[in-house]
Amino acid sequence: MSTLVEVRDLAKGFDVSVPWSNRVIERRPRQWVHAVDGVSFSIERGKTLALVGESGCGKSTVARLLVGLHDPSAGEVLFDGQNIASTLAGPQALALRRRMQMIFQDPYASLNPRWKVRNIVGEPLTEHGLVRNDAELKDRVVELLHLVGLVPADMEKFAHQFSGGQRQRVSIARALATQPEFLVCDEPTSALDVSVQAQVLNIMKDLQRSRGLTYLFISHNLAVVRHVSDQVGVMYLGRVVELADKASLFAKPRHPYTRMLLDAIPDIAMSGRARTPVQGEVPNPLSPPSGCSFHPRCPYANERCRQERPALLEIQGVRIACHAVEEGRL
Amino acid sequence: MTSPLLEVKNLRVEFPSRHGSLLALDDISFTIAPGEILGVVGESGAGKSLTGAAIIGLLDPPGRVAGGEIRFEGRRIDNLPYEEMRKLRGRHIGAIFQDPLTSLNPLYTVGRQLTETIRTHLPLNAAQARERAIGLLQETGISAAAERIDQYPHQFSGGMRQRVVIALALAANPKLIVADEPTTALDVSVQAQIISLLKRLCKEHGAAVMLVTHDMGVIAETCDRVAVMYAGRLAEIGPVQAVIHQPAHPYTVGLMGAIPAMDEDRERLLQIDGAMPRLTAIPPGCAFNPRCPRVMDRCRVERPELLEAGATRAACWLHDASITL
Repeated sequence: MSTLVEVRDLAKGFDVSVPWSNRVIERRPRQWVHAVDGVSFSIERGKTLALVGESGCGKSTVARLLVGLHDPSAGEVLFDGQNIASTLAGPQALALRRRMQMIFQDPYASLNPRWKVRNIVGEPLTEHGLVRNDAELKDRVVELLHLVGLVPADMEKFAHQFSGGQRQRVSIARALATQPEFLVCDEPTSALDVSVQAQVLNIMKDLQRSRGLTYLFISHNLAVVRHVSDQVGVMYLGRVVELADKASLFAKPRHPYTRMLLDAIPDIAMSGRARTPVQGEVPNPLSPPSGCSFHPRCPYANERCRQERPALLEIQGVRIACHAVEEGRL
Repeated sequence: MTSPLLEVKNLRVEFPSRHGSLLALDDISFTIAPGEILGVVGESGAGKSLTGAAIIGLLDPPGRVAGGEIRFEGRRIDNLPYEEMRKLRGRHIGAIFQDPLTSLNPLYTVGRQLTETIRTHLPLNAAQARERAIGLLQETGISAAAERIDQYPHQFSGGMRQRVVIALALAANPKLIVADEPTTALDVSVQAQIISLLKRLCKEHGAAVMLVTHDMGVIAETCDRVAVMYAGRLAEIGPVQAVIHQPAHPYTVGLMGAIPAMDEDRERLLQIDGAMPRLTAIPPGCAFNPRCPRVMDRCRVERPELLEAGATRAACWLHDASITL
């Protein structure tokens, strides 16, 4: 299996300082929030990597960095060997964009309300010069709509005439228009009801099987992640704390945060499995704790965890950032 | 069996509009026993929040109760005058809403909002009310409650705010709490804390809860019984265990199959094709018939009542005992 996407020490900081005049008068320093801080992973061709974490952990920022919607502050993203940031600035930009597309969370906000579906889905085709004339464009749009389970008549409709699930299908059709190899899906089903979520997840899996698509799937829902992914990265305050293949992550979570997340999921089967109660909340990312950022909530934290930031190490086939696991305390 | 705390009978809620009135809730009947937790689950637009709003008398105009009745401790409350309802609400029926930021006033300290609620409903002086407020905050797990009581809502995190809202709802020791999506705006780790808190406090205070949510997991964790709603109607109602493990209505079966499970691997999720109909276009007969995999001719014409179906009751002709299939 070859690697399609490789992310190396990716970091992104946002300047959230108060305006210059306030800084001068109130003597406040510049302030940065490190949304993504030293994230590395790679995605194999045809596979799905899921990033999971609570709000503010930086998972959406990673998604945007990967498709070039943000420029990284440090580190790099390699797509099929090319550096994304430099390629997108150069003459090959269009060719690269064609190969990767994004699906956004909110299908109510991501579709132009004044456009008909034929324009929404057709725009990437004309933009990239993939069709020669109107007839060909129409055929391609019909084909794309068919792929996501919509009918040709839907072409002449506006976004508001669709339900949430259908809108998300339109977004998927648009994303597939350029025949990309890599799709970045940022919470594609979070705004949808469960029965509709099931439809969208099924379509995404079918497409992956038939077209060999590679996905980066961002979600906060562990059950959905377990359903779609091959590999899972758990993020906490801008860092990946555990990266493992799906089976081992869910069967044997190692990092205390992963364990906590799994314990927090409501037990729908009511099997009565033993669970530790969850402690505390995610700290303010403006002033993250010293050392391991999870230590204030961690039942296994010791002095080293408070002082020293753990690196993401390979331990028993799983990449994990935890002193307790590294020292064998856990 | 003890008499129910809340009894909803054939409730209909209408929204009059220029093109005739929209029937948002149609023939909803259920009861809640004292101390019981009833879950109300459904997809967006199924009418679950509206049912809660009708019970606490907070239907947004022009919505109105067009038929049926709501009884609280045997007394009709759906036709009470505004002032009477105001006295009941807060004192006997508490409410928790989805977004803890919008349900707190940003301009007042948490303590002021709590003592105001306490003194409106209970005969306490300012000092006693403050003491009770601090006690309530401590009960909801807010550390250093004596200091934090003088802070403003923006100084609290999302989970902490929802704790304050729970304290507010419990302030006058109500017998019933209507909780509308209390954990939807929260992260999973905080959601777990809030659910167990809500469950524990309601038990300690002896309050019954109507928990409105779209999350079947939350229902499984918390509730004694669950009502499944579809297109403004009840599809199925019964004990949680039975509804989750042996659902009787095809919609409930689909809903349960659509949820990705944590303990089994499936290549594809069960999917219900189509979407819930709009209120303007509810099909005749059973509202679920265009999406139902087991639809019969009768379903397209005749609307099913809630029928006995094993341990639960389901509005589905499959369970009509008078006909053998």
